[in-house]
Amino acid sequence: MAVNSEALQDFSVVYTMHSVAAADWLIIAPVVWCILIGAVLLMLRKRTDVQPLIAIPALGILVLMTLGLLAHVVQNGTLTMTMGRWLPPFGISFTVDLLGAFFAATSALVALGAGIYGRSDVDDTGRRYGFYPFLMLIMAGILGAFLTGDIFNLYVWFEVLLISSFGLLVLGSERKQLDGAVKYAFLNLIATTLFLVATGYLYGLFGTLNMADIAIKAAELRGTAPLMTLVTLYLLAFAMKAAAFPVNFWLPASYHTPRLVVSALFAGLLTKVGIYALLRILGMLFPFEREELSLLIAIAAALTMVLGVIGALAQNDIRRSLGFLVISGIGVMMAGMALGSPVGLSGAILYAAHSMVVMTALYFAAGLAARLGGSFELTTAGGLYTKNALLAGMTLMLFLSVAGLPPFSGLWPKIMLVKASLDVGAWWLAGSILVTGFLTTITVGRIWVLAYWRPSPGEETGEVVPVSLPIGACVALSGLVAITVAAGVWPEPLIALAQDAARGLIDPSAYVLSVFPVEASQ
Amino acid sequence: MEPIFAILVGALFTVAIYLFLSKHIIRILMGAAILGNAVNLLIFTAGRVTREVPPIISGDANALTEAAANPLPQALILTAIVISFSFFAFLLVLGYRAFQELGTDNSDEMRLAEPVGEPAPPTGY
Repeated sequence: MAVNSEALQDFSVVYTMHSVAAADWLIIAPVVWCILIGAVLLMLRKRTDVQPLIAIPALGILVLMTLGLLAHVVQNGTLTMTMGRWLPPFGISFTVDLLGAFFAATSALVALGAGIYGRSDVDDTGRRYGFYPFLMLIMAGILGAFLTGDIFNLYVWFEVLLISSFGLLVLGSERKQLDGAVKYAFLNLIATTLFLVATGYLYGLFGTLNMADIAIKAAELRGTAPLMTLVTLYLLAFAMKAAAFPVNFWLPASYHTPRLVVSALFAGLLTKVGIYALLRILGMLFPFEREELSLLIAIAAALTMVLGVIGALAQNDIRRSLGFLVISGIGVMMAGMALGSPVGLSGAILYAAHSMVVMTALYFAAGLAARLGGSFELTTAGGLYTKNALLAGMTLMLFLSVAGLPPFSGLWPKIMLVKASLDVGAWWLAGSILVTGFLTTITVGRIWVLAYWRPSPGEETGEVVPVSLPIGACVALSGLVAITVAAGVWPEPLIALAQDAARGLIDPSAYVLSVFPVEASQ
Repeated sequence: MEPIFAILVGALFTVAIYLFLSKHIIRILMGAAILGNAVNLLIFTAGRVTREVPPIISGDANALTEAAANPLPQALILTAIVISFSFFAFLLVLGYRAFQELGTDNSDEMRLAEPVGEPAPPTGY
């Protein structure tokens, strides 16, 4: 540290830093903003008409903040802000690198979509139960997890998002929701407790919780400390959060039970926080241990993606089918984790961002389709194309995107991952990515043919009764569809961004330099 | 002192995992409560269990002496206790509400969200 040995010095001066530049307040602004607006909305709990009018503009501002943060990080590199100006590692640092900023911006966009969609999907009862406050607080948890640079703080943000997700899951307390919530709540509690155990051990070994400090000290401790045990515990905890096989059974049990917009938000964001934590801790802090575990992760990844899509193929309920597709996507991201090469990691990062947008949009589309056709069941659905050709077209684009077909955003990360697998000779991993893509095409193709293309089963070829769809929900859906199309036809900036983010994970010197500028210059 | 605590932590983990393997929500709940305490005790023990030496760094040193207990794990478990307590309260209410609504606390019989014998998707039209 920067403490010299001269006697009688004022420690309160030595152990603090200069305050950060005004622009750097952007690091903490998204989290503070979410908590602040969440508190305001909580006070207005009974004013159900006012809540969306505050929440939607607030989410819009959140999108601007996170995009501003992303631009700031792209321009100036990794940024750090330490709470209370304590010299790191004594203060809790928020450290934002490209990975965190990229995921934060994408998740804020998805949350804005959910806020707009929720206006028509969540009725007054749901709003009185606190849909909008919970939405803001879950965003505080998610963004905090993406932006923090301290492992215990990461645990706290996980708990913030978990308790808000409980609230969202049981919104309205219907019987089905309670059933799903019991399974979701217990299994997620066990996962976060494992995370806490691992963090306790980590502090015992390292004497620090600051990620940059851990990255420095891991090299010295590698020979003596039981780091493999620690990393395996982290892997289990985060794989459970990310719903990787064989610890994924809470997801299909619960994701189809809540309000549709809640399902959409969970499918888009929650499992990706698990993936983010895996990338950060296994990918950046413990690369050697990750290398040791890579075969295990790769097998889990291949099983997750293939069994996930087989599960999707067997479902009659469209929402449950989509839940299994979320799991299958997690397998694809884990494959990138297992490879660990720059191409593999950037493929995983890009796929995670793609999956955030597309899975949310798919649930939105399913919700609008159910509003038109009155059912989520494949046995009874039909005739949606005649009722609303535009919705059918947008859904088809999303289906092609989730299957990884051109010209949509699912294609590029899959190409990167297949290439990265073939580079190291893991033909079976490349094969399972391709087989998963093929089976996904069959799954979504069948949903489209049955629910959209075929005429309604019970209905005679009489007049089509027009059902009007809520404008806001359609705007939210088309916004997300536009993102996946744009990212598909113009992928270069995103690929470059993901590659830079992956480079930052593989070589964390910029991350460390941002937290400890003094030490590095000595 | 630490070895006794380590054995106790192990025993608590065993009990918690045994309770988790049950089909009844009420036992799983007790398991969750015990697991939370086991983890807190684990972290507390890891920070040295002693109260003779105050955790004050003298002016000419940069780190705490070996004899003093590290105060940071104690601060960590304060946070963890609050979190696990609030989670336990939520789970207790959730379990009770589920029992009221579903009429069972046996997780094998909670099949409302995933009904047995759901129809397979149609194979053609």
